[in-house]
Amino acid sequence: MSAALLSVRDLRVEFATRQGPLIALDGVSFDIAPGEVLGVVGESGAGKTLTGLAIIGLLDPPSRIAGGEIRLDGERIDNLSPARMRVLRGRRIGMIFQDPLTSLNPLLRIGDQLTETILTHLSLTRRQARERAIAWLGEVGIPSPAKRIDGYPHEFSGGMRQRVVIALALCAEPALIIADEPTTALDVSVQAQIIAVLKKVTRVHGAAVMLITHDMGVIAEMADRVAVMYAGRIVEIGAIGDVARRPLHPYAMGLMAAIPTLEARAGRLAQIPGTMPRLSAIPRGCAFSPRCPRVFGRCEAERPPLIAVGERRAACWLYDAQAAPAAARAENSR
Amino acid sequence: MIAFVVRRVLASIGVMIAVGLIAFAMFRYVGDPINQMVGVETSVAERAQLREELGLNDPAIVQALRFLARAARFDFGVSYQFKQPVADLIGARMPATLELAFVASILSLAAGIPMGVYSALHRDSALSRLFQALSLIGISLPTFLTGILLITLFSVVLGWLPSFGRGDVVRLGPWWTTGFLTVSGLKSLVMPATTLALFQMTLIMRLVRAEMLEVLRADYIRFARARGLSESAIHFRHALKNTLVPVITIVGLQLGSIVAFSIITETVFAWPGMGQLFLQSIQNVDIPIMAAYLLFIAFMFVTINLVVDILYVSVDPRLRASLHGMHG
Ligand SMILES: Nc1ncnc2c1ncn2[C@@H]1O[C@H](COP(=O)(O)OP(=O)(O)OP(=O)(O)O)[C@@H](O)[C@H]1O
Ligand code: SF4
Ligand SMILES: [Mg+2]
Repeated sequence: MSAALLSVRDLRVEFATRQGPLIALDGVSFDIAPGEVLGVVGESGAGKTLTGLAIIGLLDPPSRIAGGEIRLDGERIDNLSPARMRVLRGRRIGMIFQDPLTSLNPLLRIGDQLTETILTHLSLTRRQARERAIAWLGEVGIPSPAKRIDGYPHEFSGGMRQRVVIALALCAEPALIIADEPTTALDVSVQAQIIAVLKKVTRVHGAAVMLITHDMGVIAEMADRVAVMYAGRIVEIGAIGDVARRPLHPYAMGLMAAIPTLEARAGRLAQIPGTMPRLSAIPRGCAFSPRCPRVFGRCEAERPPLIAVGERRAACWLYDAQAAPAAARAENSR
Repeated sequence: MIAFVVRRVLASIGVMIAVGLIAFAMFRYVGDPINQMVGVETSVAERAQLREELGLNDPAIVQALRFLARAARFDFGVSYQFKQPVADLIGARMPATLELAFVASILSLAAGIPMGVYSALHRDSALSRLFQALSLIGISLPTFLTGILLITLFSVVLGWLPSFGRGDVVRLGPWWTTGFLTVSGLKSLVMPATTLALFQMTLIMRLVRAEMLEVLRADYIRFARARGLSESAIHFRHALKNTLVPVITIVGLQLGSIVAFSIITETVFAWPGMGQLFLQSIQNVDIPIMAAYLLFIAFMFVTINLVVDILYVSVDPRLRASLHGMHG
């Protein structure tokens, strides 16, 4: 654990509202090793984006980090001054947002956006920065980059723009990239290419990735480990092979029930009956209990912590060695 | 780009011709021009002769074309009340109005844009609140009241600034007199320009603030933050430029209305400009002056519109691209 690049412990994010604070993330803990790809899945509103924004320090009021700690290479980064956090952004942690059409400034040439970012973080001359920008465009697969560098964003297709976005996020060589649904807004036909580019460049530069997505196919293709989020908590986290093949948490089981094959990756998360509770109405015990097919007595009274089950962990009372019903344990002990 | 400019210029000429026809209709059909020109003692025969001489018996279309052709050469006929060519009357007063409008425009932009940017960036600071409060006053205070308050304070109580007129002017060439070159001319400009600028400044400030807040929420600003760019790069390189695109249009039209609506300010400060001339012409049903003034204001707006369109295209590459798309 000490070798972790990113280490998040008991992260709690709240929204200040007139009725008092709403807890949007609670007890979120996970690590990402250098160069590792952690997939983050969960249905809309589970808190995936908030987790990413909290890490890179871009939570907008009224949301704020209300507890826990975030460490990068062992150094606390959740309580840095805005100026020190800014130095870190782009240089050590990068973030890619969902929509490539709106992520680029429409009035600035993409080359200017790139060199500006490079010059912010690296001590290079303008000329060197431009050369590096061209190299980056080539690396993310923009044809004839030396020409296209002076183009404006609107002159690129959606897929090409997302490549530019990837170049922008990586051009100061951060050790961690948070990619928030990097392909959701794109044409299905280019999604696979973008994932391939992201996978290639992050591997070449040794960047770790926190890959947020709805698309289990993307996770299966790229992630080493996966975290399943539900109602602001991680409910299961472990190696992708384990979680995808034999999910432990009943919510994860529902999710994995219909992972599309790699060829037909358009599929989304399988539908689980019911909806996720609103932040203001999260049940006292297990947040999933109203929808859980396996719910039993203890679930509604106590909130399950992440319980280690072999190599992975799941937040479900079924895996509590002392208290789970024998039948459930037998069924899952394989 | 050139094709675009040519197209816009042609469109502008079209608009001017349309306004010219309206001015002609006003000239020809609001009251009888002959009655306005001659005294009661003029005989019917003399009237008929004058009517023939002025071409008022020609078909309306011929008269209209003649009116437009003359207007294009700045010939608007003779003022009924002053018995002088309208062009000379307006020409003599135009510098006063344009100088006042120019100073007021600069003032409203130079104060309004920074105030708007500041209050968007520091939303909760005391200064922003002060700006917001001032802007409420600026929007709700009628121009004449602002003028009178200023006069009371700076002319009557403190005696620092003259309360009326342009002060001493210097003649530059046959057409232009300027108040910029004398101390009394400059002093005379302060209060009228401030009065005229106040409302526009308020408007510009609120507009810039609203646009800037909107832009600061945009995805590309969040992505710029995620790349660790400095606050100043984000605010001034990324946000301000995007803010100005929509602001240009409205500000352009606002500056046009500074000229059009300087009438009240000119009246309060007895400013010898076109606004005053226009008011007098209304009182005396001096149609030629009214028609010429109408054309002048239309010309102002059309020109500003043209400049705004060109500026717009030169700021926003997306528009340039769509122009190229249209013309191959
Ligand atoms: N301004 C706000 N006030 C209160 N709650 C908010 C606000 N903004 C977001 N939330 C809540 O925060 C929770 C987490 O949102 P988040 O954007 O992290 O979800 P997500 O997992 O990224 O979902 P998606 O897949 O739709 O992107 C959601 O329940 C959302 O309703
Ligand atoms: S703790 Fe209980 S309700 Fe929650 S997921 Fe496990 S079995 Fe279901
Ligand atoms: Mg999200």
